[in-house]
Amino acid sequence: MKTATGYQGIPRWIYAVAAVGGLLVVLPLVAMLAKVNWPQFVPLITSESSLAALGLSLRTSAASTVLCIVLGIPLALVLARGEFPGQRLLRAFVLLPLVLPPVVGGIALLYTFGRQGLLGKSLEAAGIQIAFSTTAVVLAQTFVALPFLVVSLEGALRSAGNRYEAVAATLGARPTTVLRRVTLPLVLPGLASGAVLSFARSLGEFGATLTFAGSLEGVTRTLPLEIYLQRETDADAAVALSLVLVAVAVAVVGLSYGARRSSTPAEVRP
Amino acid sequence: MTFELQASLRSRNFEMSLSLKDGETVAILGPNGAGKSTLLGVIAGLLRPDSGSARIGDKELFNLDGGTHLWSPPHLRGTALLAQEALLFPHLNALDNVAFGPRSAGASTAAARETAHHWLEEVDAANLAKRKPAQLSGGQAQRVAVARALAAEPELLLLDEPMAALDIHAAPLLRRVLKRVLQDRKAIIVTHDVLDAYMLADRVIVVEKGHITEVGATRQVLERPRSHFAAGLAGLNLVTGTITEDGITTPDGRVFAGHHDSGWSPSPGQAGVAAFPPSSVSVFLGDVHGSPRNSFPVTITDLEPHGDQIRVRAGDSAQALSADITPAASADLGLVPGMDVRFVVKSALVSVYPA
Repeated sequence: MKTATGYQGIPRWIYAVAAVGGLLVVLPLVAMLAKVNWPQFVPLITSESSLAALGLSLRTSAASTVLCIVLGIPLALVLARGEFPGQRLLRAFVLLPLVLPPVVGGIALLYTFGRQGLLGKSLEAAGIQIAFSTTAVVLAQTFVALPFLVVSLEGALRSAGNRYEAVAATLGARPTTVLRRVTLPLVLPGLASGAVLSFARSLGEFGATLTFAGSLEGVTRTLPLEIYLQRETDADAAVALSLVLVAVAVAVVGLSYGARRSSTPAEVRP
Repeated sequence: MTFELQASLRSRNFEMSLSLKDGETVAILGPNGAGKSTLLGVIAGLLRPDSGSARIGDKELFNLDGGTHLWSPPHLRGTALLAQEALLFPHLNALDNVAFGPRSAGASTAAARETAHHWLEEVDAANLAKRKPAQLSGGQAQRVAVARALAAEPELLLLDEPMAALDIHAAPLLRRVLKRVLQDRKAIIVTHDVLDAYMLADRVIVVEKGHITEVGATRQVLERPRSHFAAGLAGLNLVTGTITEDGITTPDGRVFAGHHDSGWSPSPGQAGVAAFPPSSVSVFLGDVHGSPRNSFPVTITDLEPHGDQIRVRAGDSAQALSADITPAASADLGLVPGMDVRFVVKSALVSVYPA
């Protein structure tokens, strides 16, 4: 809890620099708000192509979030608790998409799942085409969003420690039971905030999607792609759709903040 | 079913072997870092020794000797562990915490909760069933943790200083609960407290530097200690030396006259120890007239209040002696650390027995 009377130890000039930083983030949003064509706002965001893009974005982001949870929990567990050679290397590679330009990720995915790709050739022979499909959108989003879930969950696992798990094991619980009844409930807030961040990252994904999945209306053209396309022809529509994305992002950040707040009560002390 | 263990872990300079009869409770006493928690970790399966084996009856817990690599995981051992902190699962209420063991063993939710109710009553915590761990005091949480460990029906219960984190008001109640539930139960309790050993244990094992230094019935060890650590716990002075006709002689030539324990025929030359309480030691300045027996020149190292007495410590650590005198006597003599004085021990209060 902050108290008004406590000594803060922050030099005054820090506030000035912090204000500049805050403005850098807030000012562009204000500028965009100022450009919104309010009378046309509702028709713009409910046009057929807009709704198709929004719907596709929400569906693919939900799917990739599920995929992130399914793959991210085991990854975070082996990184936080496991002991095996190459563990540090694995962590570095899992986190790579955080710093990789998404376009590069898209190209890498293309050479994996594309027609001429590493796995793509075999998949093609089996009659499965992934590139330039909705599946490709989900894969691209999972690729860029997975590290957010892994980082968040690994941190939660580390700070929770494994003493509860040791006690649970001596009480006769099998490792799978310990995971289900002790570990996951203990790190649920961290998992929730990681999932929310992954969803947000998936929703905003652009570069990898465009490269790997293309921009087919209703199939692979997600909201960010639609915004980019509309900007060429109809700036008002682009701004209106951008505002929709901002609204979703704010909601997501709010959710994540709420989840993290509830993860810090005395209950989860180490 | 007896429990037998023999294990060594070189990186921690740990080498111990011990066994427990059915229904026996053993207290492990020892200084910090002596390997007490390592021992419990090895038994519970949380820590893997380099070599050794352990079994409960016919069930092998591990066997790492002679090329075999049998290592049964913690959940198959039946050795519930109770630590200093209760470590109740924060997302479950007290009842479901206690029901955790039965549930893991395959009982239905209803049956497990019924078992849990029984064990909560057993530790006087039935009224806490619906509370979350965050709403329990340290003593309440530890009692629920005892119930949780017992509900798992362990063949061997491991307690790692269960009273250490409790305030002095909560400890007596938990100690009474443990006395009741440890009756006729195989258990190993690591403790710092002599009272725990007296109240809860049939037998005491003293460990120092990763090795067992003394084993015996609780009273035997605490009233006739052979290790300096046990003597310190029991509040006795302990000197080691060679048995003589009427006492013992220390390696540095000091002679302690005392009485030999009955039921034991001393053979002079045998290694022995002499134990006597600090209250049997008087402090004098200068030379003593009269009987020179049991009179030793010493240098005071420390003075500290001990109950309503002043405890005077003297000598270096290996042959250190303590005397308890009244504050008035201490003031009259003008005792300060560094002073050369004379300790005189009443020979009637010196017990001599084999080492």
